[in-house]
Amino acid sequence: MSLKSGSNLERVLASGQPAVTGELGPPMSADPAEVVHKAHQLKGFCDAANITDCQTAVVRISSIAAAVVAAREGLEPVMQMTCRDRNRIAMQADLLGASALGVKNCLCIAGDHQSFGKAGKLLGHPGAKNVYDVDTVQLVGIMKKMRDEGLQQGGDKLQVAPKFLIGASWTPLGDPMDFRPINLKKKVDAGADFIQTQGIYDVELFRSQMKKAADLGCFEHTAMLAGIIVPKSAMMLKYMDASVSGITVPPELIARMAKAKEAAGDDKKKMKELQEAEGIKIAVELIKQVLDIPGVKGVHVMAIEWESALEPIVKAAGLHPRPTFANA
Amino acid sequence: MIVGSQKPFPEIWEMVRGFKKVLVFGCNTCVAICHAGGAKEAEIIATMLRMKAAEEGVALEADHLAVQRHCEPEYFDPVIEQVRGYDLVLSTACGVGVNFLTQRIGTVPVYPGINTSFYGAVPAAGVFVELCAGCGNCILHLTGGICPIARCSKSLMNGPCGGTDKGKCEVGKEIDCAWYLIVERMRELGRLERLAEIQPPRNWSTARDGGPKRIVLEHIVAEEAEAKK
Repeated sequence: MSLKSGSNLERVLASGQPAVTGELGPPMSADPAEVVHKAHQLKGFCDAANITDCQTAVVRISSIAAAVVAAREGLEPVMQMTCRDRNRIAMQADLLGASALGVKNCLCIAGDHQSFGKAGKLLGHPGAKNVYDVDTVQLVGIMKKMRDEGLQQGGDKLQVAPKFLIGASWTPLGDPMDFRPINLKKKVDAGADFIQTQGIYDVELFRSQMKKAADLGCFEHTAMLAGIIVPKSAMMLKYMDASVSGITVPPELIARMAKAKEAAGDDKKKMKELQEAEGIKIAVELIKQVLDIPGVKGVHVMAIEWESALEPIVKAAGLHPRPTFANA
Repeated sequence: MIVGSQKPFPEIWEMVRGFKKVLVFGCNTCVAICHAGGAKEAEIIATMLRMKAAEEGVALEADHLAVQRHCEPEYFDPVIEQVRGYDLVLSTACGVGVNFLTQRIGTVPVYPGINTSFYGAVPAAGVFVELCAGCGNCILHLTGGICPIARCSKSLMNGPCGGTDKGKCEVGKEIDCAWYLIVERMRELGRLERLAEIQPPRNWSTARDGGPKRIVLEHIVAEEAEAKK
């Protein structure tokens, strides 16, 4: 079988087994130790992990560099690339560089607006200039042209083409909801090999969006990985429901978490433990439910600043051990 | 129209401080409509400068004047000698006016009294909204007459990002998501399927990215030359 990138993630998807991707957020530090630590927590429990690209517009170790650090530790990276910080010249240069360093998966995303960087105690860089020379659909197309035609966007030939498995994100439950399947189709038509979604809590609504996307022919050559954000507390679920675009949390899930919290009485430590245990249970249930939806080929598990949660989740979901390949 | 807003007075005072004879020079077109730099605003600023000078105990002569437009010489040429009689011109025209007057005034400095903000419209009295980015390559026929370059915070060309929420932009609840509006409009027009077409990477060289732009209408230049013969 001929593979586009030869990445582990591609091999798992090609094997027909459900894929698991994780997520690793690099630190605001020149010390790679945190990347190394998180890589060890994720390794063996996912097929590849997204390395976020200055998420929430906060300066961190670059996704390319952190991807290479993670790869050295044996964790396959999915390098994220936002359209916010680079023009097409820098993007293509970075793609060549990442490929030269052995990165094989890349996820194209618009990126949070630079105004997000100023939040809580962080000052961020709300006065930064954003780029958006190209958008996500266009970046997917550029990457495909580089890989499959050996050409830069401008038309110049590449001596050696970078071989990426190309990913894009999807917010199936975002506004305007009836346009979201069309939006996905554009990413698919542009050349996305896999899609990772925003966190899904409303499985039935997701199922209906998947049906519409399937009717548009989105899943003939593209693998859908449903996003699972591991909930930590009732407060987090309430916050996401109210404030995070494209996320709706059914009230019964919030009630379940609230019940877990109440069961701890006034014991703060127990409150945290019980809610985390319930969060892991919810994540496992969601994984089982989304894997049942036609078109879903895996899950993208986001245990944000809680990487250790991945192990119990994949084990309880029956997704462990992860597949290995002889010649990988 | 070009929309601007007045600079904070302390910033204006910092610019003006040290000059003896200042003309606050207004423009009665776009910036008058947005109450930033017309004759009335020029007069108010001149008055405030005189009051501030008196308060600080410094000698300052501050006058005001306004013409219909600062972007064509025929409007300010009749008063250019009068304008040259000052140490400083604090222009309350848009940035175009400040640049253009600078090219023609000689050695008198021209400073900006307003911040030029955008090309916009006036949906209600006192409200101004940006609707065009002047990018030099219009695609409004593809997007239902709603500009994603000017009105999407990320200038996305192929649909909304994941940040739109109840029709509003992730940057702020007071900003409409341009792509939400585009989708609604295209649905209304029965042309939603047009949005399924992939828009390729843009050629930004027609925008600021291509360097300063210039448009020359050769036939008019030739007619002018002929008339002068």
